[in-house]
Amino acid sequence: MSNIVVGISDLNIGKGSDVLVTYALGSCIGICIVDPVTKVGGLSHIMLPSSTLNPQGNINPMRFADTAIPMLLRKMEAAGALRIRMKAKIAGGAQMFSAIGNGSLANIGARNVEAVKSALAKERIPIIAEDTGKNYGRTVHFSPGDGVMHIVSANKGKWDW
Amino acid sequence: MGIKDYSDLNDIHMDVLRELGNIGSGNAATSLSSMLAKTVDISVPKISVLDYGQVAEQLGGPEMMCVGLMLSLSGDVEGMLMFLLQKDFTHLVLNALLGESLQDFSEINEMGLSAIKEIANIMAASYVNAISSMTGLAINITVPDICIDMVGAILSVPAIHYANISDQIIYIEDEFHSMEENLTSHILMIPDVNSLGKIMTNLGIEI
Repeated sequence: MSNIVVGISDLNIGKGSDVLVTYALGSCIGICIVDPVTKVGGLSHIMLPSSTLNPQGNINPMRFADTAIPMLLRKMEAAGALRIRMKAKIAGGAQMFSAIGNGSLANIGARNVEAVKSALAKERIPIIAEDTGKNYGRTVHFSPGDGVMHIVSANKGKWDW
Repeated sequence: MGIKDYSDLNDIHMDVLRELGNIGSGNAATSLSSMLAKTVDISVPKISVLDYGQVAEQLGGPEMMCVGLMLSLSGDVEGMLMFLLQKDFTHLVLNALLGESLQDFSEINEMGLSAIKEIANIMAASYVNAISSMTGLAINITVPDICIDMVGAILSVPAIHYANISDQIIYIEDEFHSMEENLTSHILMIPDVNSLGKIMTNLGIEI
């Protein structure tokens, strides 16, 4: 087994006893997807809901929910996963500071959650667990072998989904 | 010409920003020092244009716990000011102000949070005033918003704000130390790209 670290605006896949890790999600979202039969899993760490927010189109597609998710699926399929068996678990989308009045930041966590849900719905991948919103950071450890999404929070302890 | 992207900044611009950080943090350190009745030193500010993941690495790793305070800048200069206080530093502040000792972040109560916010408020005002009087630009600040969490999660807030503009953020990083105990905390000033041009023009620097 190996630990595969997924950075910010990054995605990667793993298999069997690998553990995919992404650290300190704030308003960002970690999207864990697994095909339980082949045990191929993927993790994507997105920052923003939509690539249309970046009209120049010159920024990393792994940053946005609507472009990162299809990319992750293609990568998983290339590794042998089957779309029809895939299931998703998502975490993150917190609102770290309570009183942000600033337009582009207001509720970005919630907007990210919405965008991730609609991107997954578009690909017909069911979300079987969700640990989103609230006001604290989360680190995600995802094991494709058993499909468990392990969350470590700063202040609230740790738990499995 | 003009500054449209952080990569348009040359060495002279970087020096100017470093000097602004120096003056701002010098002023902030003085006010901190008088509030705590302790000597507070600052080191020469670092100016970096970095991916935000690297910023978290530089500040001790994404999962390190700290107190984060965020203020927005508006007026002639737009952007953000963030304070990242490590545990020892937070302890020093609470101890000096309220006589409390702090073993763990979970022990901070409402009174403590409010005291930390007030410190940030005063330091931010002195920081921004110094920059304002040097550049002749009017800068307003909001009251600070506070959270105690992993540094990576806290930094995701400015990172997301700038993510649709650029892959990178520029930040002016000041380190504070208290003489007796060598404790560190950071102030990050994150100016918007558009404001950089104004700062330079007002200081008579070619852009």
